[in-house]
Amino acid sequence: MSLRVGILALQGDVREHARALVEAGAEPVEVRRPQELATVEGLVLPGGESTTIGTLLDLFGLLEPLRTAVRAGLPVYGSCAGMILLADEVLDGRPNQATVGGLDVAVRRNAFGRQVDSFETDVEMTGVGDVHAVFIRAPWVERTGPDVEVLATVPGDGPAAGKVVAVRRGPLLATSFHPELTGDSRVHGLFVRMVKEAHP
Amino acid sequence: MSASDTPVTGSPLVKRGMAEMLKGGVIMDVVNAEQARIAEDAGAVAVMALERVPADIRRDGGVARMSDPDMIDGIQAEVSVPVMAKARIGHFVEAQVLQAIGVDYIDESEVLTPADYEHHIDKHAFTVPFVCGATNLGEALRRIAEGAAMIRSKGEAGTGDVSQATVHIRTILGQIRRLQSIDERDLYSAAKELQAPLDLVRETAELGRLPVVLFVAGGVATPADAAMMMQLGADGVFIGSGIFKSGDPALRARACVEATAYFQDAQRIAKVSRGLGEAMVGIAVDSLGAGDLLATRGW
Repeated sequence: MSLRVGILALQGDVREHARALVEAGAEPVEVRRPQELATVEGLVLPGGESTTIGTLLDLFGLLEPLRTAVRAGLPVYGSCAGMILLADEVLDGRPNQATVGGLDVAVRRNAFGRQVDSFETDVEMTGVGDVHAVFIRAPWVERTGPDVEVLATVPGDGPAAGKVVAVRRGPLLATSFHPELTGDSRVHGLFVRMVKEAHP
Repeated sequence: MSASDTPVTGSPLVKRGMAEMLKGGVIMDVVNAEQARIAEDAGAVAVMALERVPADIRRDGGVARMSDPDMIDGIQAEVSVPVMAKARIGHFVEAQVLQAIGVDYIDESEVLTPADYEHHIDKHAFTVPFVCGATNLGEALRRIAEGAAMIRSKGEAGTGDVSQATVHIRTILGQIRRLQSIDERDLYSAAKELQAPLDLVRETAELGRLPVVLFVAGGVATPADAAMMMQLGADGVFIGSGIFKSGDPALRARACVEATAYFQDAQRIAKVSRGLGEAMVGIAVDSLGAGDLLATRGW
């Protein structure tokens, strides 16, 4: 039996995550309803608009079931908007922005700027190696709690050098960038291994 | 992509990737900060800032141009979702201005009065990404060749009549299916017929879809319209006049968002279609004269 990994499919780049999960050896399942959430062994919160996805989670009654699942130990990987949704604290978000939480970090929304400031670059990610990273209106992690492992930072000597852009804590993984856009499934491979560890 | 830790902005991947993040969403036309707030609260994935919605452009006539930067600033300050704005076809300086004030996406739009009847904007020259309208596959691929990072159907804006959007999305996707079914050796003549670059024709045939995200626009006015476009294969929906020319914009906006997210769930679409109040009055496209059609602008 292959591992069933859900992708929150209210909005965002669901197709790209599905392809990366297949390459990483998992079976992707689109999740739009609480009953679908109950059938998966891990969940991806995709790239998209974090305020929009947060609003839709709230409007469509998925926010509480998702929070409960994360508290119960469901492995979750969030890319970009997904990182914001997983963060316990969001800086520069909307007032009352709905988030799932569970990951003990503070994340700054649109930290690198508007779309004209979006960029691609190579980063070194612990447990994965060199990754070509695409940052789109991306957040960064501004504060990490005691048990949060930093997996990647922005390289070079530019204004954002050293900013934290990938973190892990227990079964929760988050990246500021979008590995799903580059045809590289190694970050998803790491997540699939985390899902397997959580369901021995 | 060459290995490098020097950050690169404005690359095709960064521009097209931005549109990937909008998929499954509804992008709403707004003319002020108050409407932008209503749109974001309803779950819009982005807003299109413009001075007059297409229905009013039709009614008022005259030359329609890029919006006042002050008005766009006001909308950017109000919402956290991406803010798009329209430039006239071929008006590369309006596009420069929109890039300078930091809009997230530019729509080179037939809804405004064209500034150039021969050339579209050279979109490769910009860091900000562009979305362009198309009525068929050849037109879509010509815009992509010029640097468009996202395509939308043109439909017939400001009518509330979804028929032309239907024709355009069916045409584009039908032409892609035909490309997939023909022999590799026939791609040359297909490219000639489509009047589009061979490499883009080949890429489209291999992918079985456009190399960029494809939204629908032009005449979408109800939750059922939005869900129909999604079922036909759109990646997402623009709603122009349909929201704020209706009786209860907040309720209709939310209903259209829900119908787009759950586009295969008829029970749910039925539920959100109740009690929405009046839809925009609308103009049937077949009652318009040729001179009133916007979709024929651009080529």
